[in-house]
Amino acid sequence: MLLSMRWLSDYVKIDEPIHDFCEKMTMSGSKVESYSTEGEEISKVVVGRVLSVVKHPNADSLVICQVEVGQEQPVQIVTGATNVVPGALVPVALDGSTLPHGVSIRRGKLRGEVSNGMLCSLSELGVSVHDFPYAIEDGIFLLQEDCEIGQDIRSAIGLNDTVVDFEITSNRPDCLSITGLAREASATFKASLMIPQPLVRSESGRVEDLLNVEVQNTDLCLRYIGRVVKNVKIGPSPRWMRERLRACGVRPINNIVDITNYVMLEYGQPMHAFDYSLVKGGKIVVRNAREGETITTLDGIERRLSPSMLVIADCERPTAVAGVMGGEYSGIMEDTQTIVFESACFDGGSVRLTAKALGMRTESSSRYEKGLDPNTCLPAIQRACELVELLGAGEVVGGMIDSNPAGRAAATLPFTPDWINRFLGIELSEKEMIEILQSIGFSVFEGRITVPTWRADIECGADVAEEIARFYGYNRIPTTSLRGSAQGSLTSEQKFTRRIHQTLLAQGLSEIITYTFISPKNYDKIELPQQSELRRSLVIQNPLGEDTSIMRTTALPSLLDIVARNYNNRNEAALLYEIGTEYTPTREGELPLEHQQITLGGYREGYDFFQLKGVIVTLLEKLNVVGYEFIQKTDHPTFHPGRCAELTVNGESCGIFGEIHPKVAENYGVGTRIYAASIRVEVLYRNHQPLKDCRPLPRFPASMRDLALICEENMPAAELEKAIRSSVGPVLERLRLFDVYQGAQIPSGKKSIAYSLSLRAGDHTLTDEEADAAVKRALKALDKIGVSLRA
Amino acid sequence: MKNAIENIRSLAHKALEQAASPKEIDEIRIRFLGKKGEITAILKQMGSLSAEERPKIGQLANEVRAHIEKEIEGRIATLKKAELDRRLLAEKIDVTLPGSMQPIGHQHPLSQVLGEVQDIFLGMGFSVAEGPEVETDYYNFEALNLPKNHPARDTQDTFYISENILLRTQTSPVQIRVMEKQQPPIRVIAPGRVYRSDAVDATHSPVFHQIEGLVVDKGVTMADLKGTLETFVKQLYGSESVVRFRPHHFPFTEPSAEMDIMCFECHGKGCSLCKKEGWIEILGCGMVHPKVLQNVGLDPEVYSGFAFGIGLERIVMRRYNIKDLRLFYENDIRFLEQF
Repeated sequence: MLLSMRWLSDYVKIDEPIHDFCEKMTMSGSKVESYSTEGEEISKVVVGRVLSVVKHPNADSLVICQVEVGQEQPVQIVTGATNVVPGALVPVALDGSTLPHGVSIRRGKLRGEVSNGMLCSLSELGVSVHDFPYAIEDGIFLLQEDCEIGQDIRSAIGLNDTVVDFEITSNRPDCLSITGLAREASATFKASLMIPQPLVRSESGRVEDLLNVEVQNTDLCLRYIGRVVKNVKIGPSPRWMRERLRACGVRPINNIVDITNYVMLEYGQPMHAFDYSLVKGGKIVVRNAREGETITTLDGIERRLSPSMLVIADCERPTAVAGVMGGEYSGIMEDTQTIVFESACFDGGSVRLTAKALGMRTESSSRYEKGLDPNTCLPAIQRACELVELLGAGEVVGGMIDSNPAGRAAATLPFTPDWINRFLGIELSEKEMIEILQSIGFSVFEGRITVPTWRADIECGADVAEEIARFYGYNRIPTTSLRGSAQGSLTSEQKFTRRIHQTLLAQGLSEIITYTFISPKNYDKIELPQQSELRRSLVIQNPLGEDTSIMRTTALPSLLDIVARNYNNRNEAALLYEIGTEYTPTREGELPLEHQQITLGGYREGYDFFQLKGVIVTLLEKLNVVGYEFIQKTDHPTFHPGRCAELTVNGESCGIFGEIHPKVAENYGVGTRIYAASIRVEVLYRNHQPLKDCRPLPRFPASMRDLALICEENMPAAELEKAIRSSVGPVLERLRLFDVYQGAQIPSGKKSIAYSLSLRAGDHTLTDEEADAAVKRALKALDKIGVSLRA
Repeated sequence: MKNAIENIRSLAHKALEQAASPKEIDEIRIRFLGKKGEITAILKQMGSLSAEERPKIGQLANEVRAHIEKEIEGRIATLKKAELDRRLLAEKIDVTLPGSMQPIGHQHPLSQVLGEVQDIFLGMGFSVAEGPEVETDYYNFEALNLPKNHPARDTQDTFYISENILLRTQTSPVQIRVMEKQQPPIRVIAPGRVYRSDAVDATHSPVFHQIEGLVVDKGVTMADLKGTLETFVKQLYGSESVVRFRPHHFPFTEPSAEMDIMCFECHGKGCSLCKKEGWIEILGCGMVHPKVLQNVGLDPEVYSGFAFGIGLERIVMRRYNIKDLRLFYENDIRFLEQF
């Protein structure tokens, strides 16, 4: 909302530097976004009178003017404009002057003739023909203003208002107006507010003889006032009105349209003017649109209406979409003789839905949808008629048609100063509170507050407390600590998640955070089969694009996207992880399951499956997950069939990891091996032991034994380890694989695996006999599964 | 004989002075102090001395032996030290050569700062609550006093899954879920992802993070709200931070406020960082709206509370002077490694 300070001063006198005004308004709840002074870029531009115009001796298209500018001597200025005549008043940019858009003017020579400045056009001053309808677009601005030679051009043409831009919140449509902001300013600065009652002096005839209004839907049209003006003389509005409209960002059109806009800005009440001759039957019907009905709106677009929409119609067809936009054919034309002013109040929700459905949010609809006060309709239409008289734009017909079936009475609330003080944590006297409330139009009588009808947002004690607080000053409210003690702590799940982060970070993986919505194409990229359950995702009805149109059922594609980006950016290595959400749809109309998934992986020179597995085992160990196993997995479509393992915990599937299938890597445009894992946090959590007893340090030495074994080449090492562990028993402190070999000296189809066993007893030094016996047990168990000692 | 002994002393001294290695010193020890050494040889001749002279010479011989032993020790120490000095000198390296880094992981800046914010609130007795990102219209809007057709809904462009299911536009629905489950006193923060259909640019992302806060108890005041948030800001930004509270509007709080922090750069004078305002908006907050309390079955006559919402990205961008929000979600390792 743009506020003209000149306009504001009609209603309240504020004697503050503009910066302080803005600061204080912001702190009392009307947030100032910015402020600017019109013409602030203009300097040393004055009113001049052209004394003579002669042809330039060396250029046919130029003329030399002598211009009187209020200095001792006239100045000579060369111009190419053709509309300059002796005697004309013109804006003169003198030597050293500045103009909008960073233009500065210096004295110079044009084709050998001295030019001491420039004569300005409208656009060079930053204004347009809408602001000065008597001037022309392409030529020098010939002033028809009451001004003096040498006067600063800004004051001469009224280009010196200060404009403040407010951010008005949706609960305060009353502040989308000059009078509303004036009220706030008056309360903020404790300055008196003067809003005179609009007065229509002379009226002729009776409106009832011309106009009939029928409101068929009083739920959606809370109030409808119509007044008629006849003998309308369409023309430009006066300069003061155009100036104010311009300052508030509205383009002046003609006196009648300008009046409706002026009143809307002044009172916050959208106004509409119809050409009476186009209101068929002299009857206005406010009704729901009929099935299939259409209207061509002012912007020239034909729009299909639906029966939920409210329209203003004559006896035949709609002339306007209520509260949104007028129809093209009923608008004000140059030859309009008689007009109807409409000042109405429509239901906010209905206007919002209609505007949304028609795809046209207008100044009017955006005001109505916030909920306006039906009681403002009356002063607004009176003001419009008052302005018609003031501008001599027509004759106001006597009386008005006013459909106001329900009428809005002022609401009342109990006045509870003690509660307000307790709620805010302040100690303000009842008297001070009443003064604040009165300053914004409330009244307090016998323990009850009467809320002005334009403040529909005030519904309860907390609302009143806010009014008190903002004029008392939020920053005068003390700051106190919360009373009572509270134990804040993370849940064990949250601590568990923190530990996952720590363990992965410590192993050199960097954390990523990715978008949780993806493109369905990602499922193709990770080679998910068509019938895969994972392809059933939540679909966003109104996505920004296909790229972000479904909620991921797996975070793997998100990781692979980031890996690919890093690879394409030529980063040498990227080992990454995310603890992110995956979304599994449940039943139609129900919320999905959201679960946390660890997705990790990436690439680095020399990185391999076992480094990845090492990261995972370390994670499992640090989290105290018990009962985990790895199973060779050959049929996961995203992974290399020979380099993929499933992680199970106590028999339950918990995740998958391995080398990404070369086809998938290719799909992502990555020309190196990628390793990745996807692990369900929840399964880890369910299978972890929160605390583990500390093992004492050993008091007796260990015995080391190495075993070089030979087995079938496809036998998983896990089976050998299982056999060794179960047969050796508790004296096996540690089992470490140190070599896997195939080739010379090993029969084909076989492989050699070498283990180092660390054997130790907790209560005595292990004898050689005991250690040898343990090894024998191991060899016996290995023999049973076809594993022998390497010769 | 006395002279012979004194002579041994000076001979040994000279020999030791010239000895340059442990081996030479050992030879000297054998030559003078060994079983067949010169001192022993002298002592063997003691029999020829008078009873009067014998103890004197014996004492002298022992003195000289002790002296030589001591000198040998000293010489060994000197040599060792010289040897060590030589080694240390030889081992000198150019310490300005680059260090060899251990690869470590880098936590995402959003996570790091979130952790810090969580720790601050944990210290003030808050717990951390969580709620679903895919939410119902009821929790995201209706229960928060944003009924259907409320104009403020337009300001939060929403992604819909179905008519009643959406991607939460704020973390505020967690307020409702917490209050439904738990009786006051309540002190929680609820960080998480939120979604709004904003096209991606340097300052907008359709996914971003908020940290919601909620306190409900008997007798909670707006002064408590101010005190709590001021404490938070001073812990996050330093005790010299200055804040102000400015009236604002949120449908689910009343009174509502935005909290600004005085610009770190210009200290309130106005500069390019704070867009000439002197203040930088940090968060939105307010007293929980009585209707919201009623919606979860709490009596606003008995209970009151406050709530706040912090935009995580904004805080992190400010802290590290990050100019482009997209960097957070692009996850280029060269970006991540800086944190």
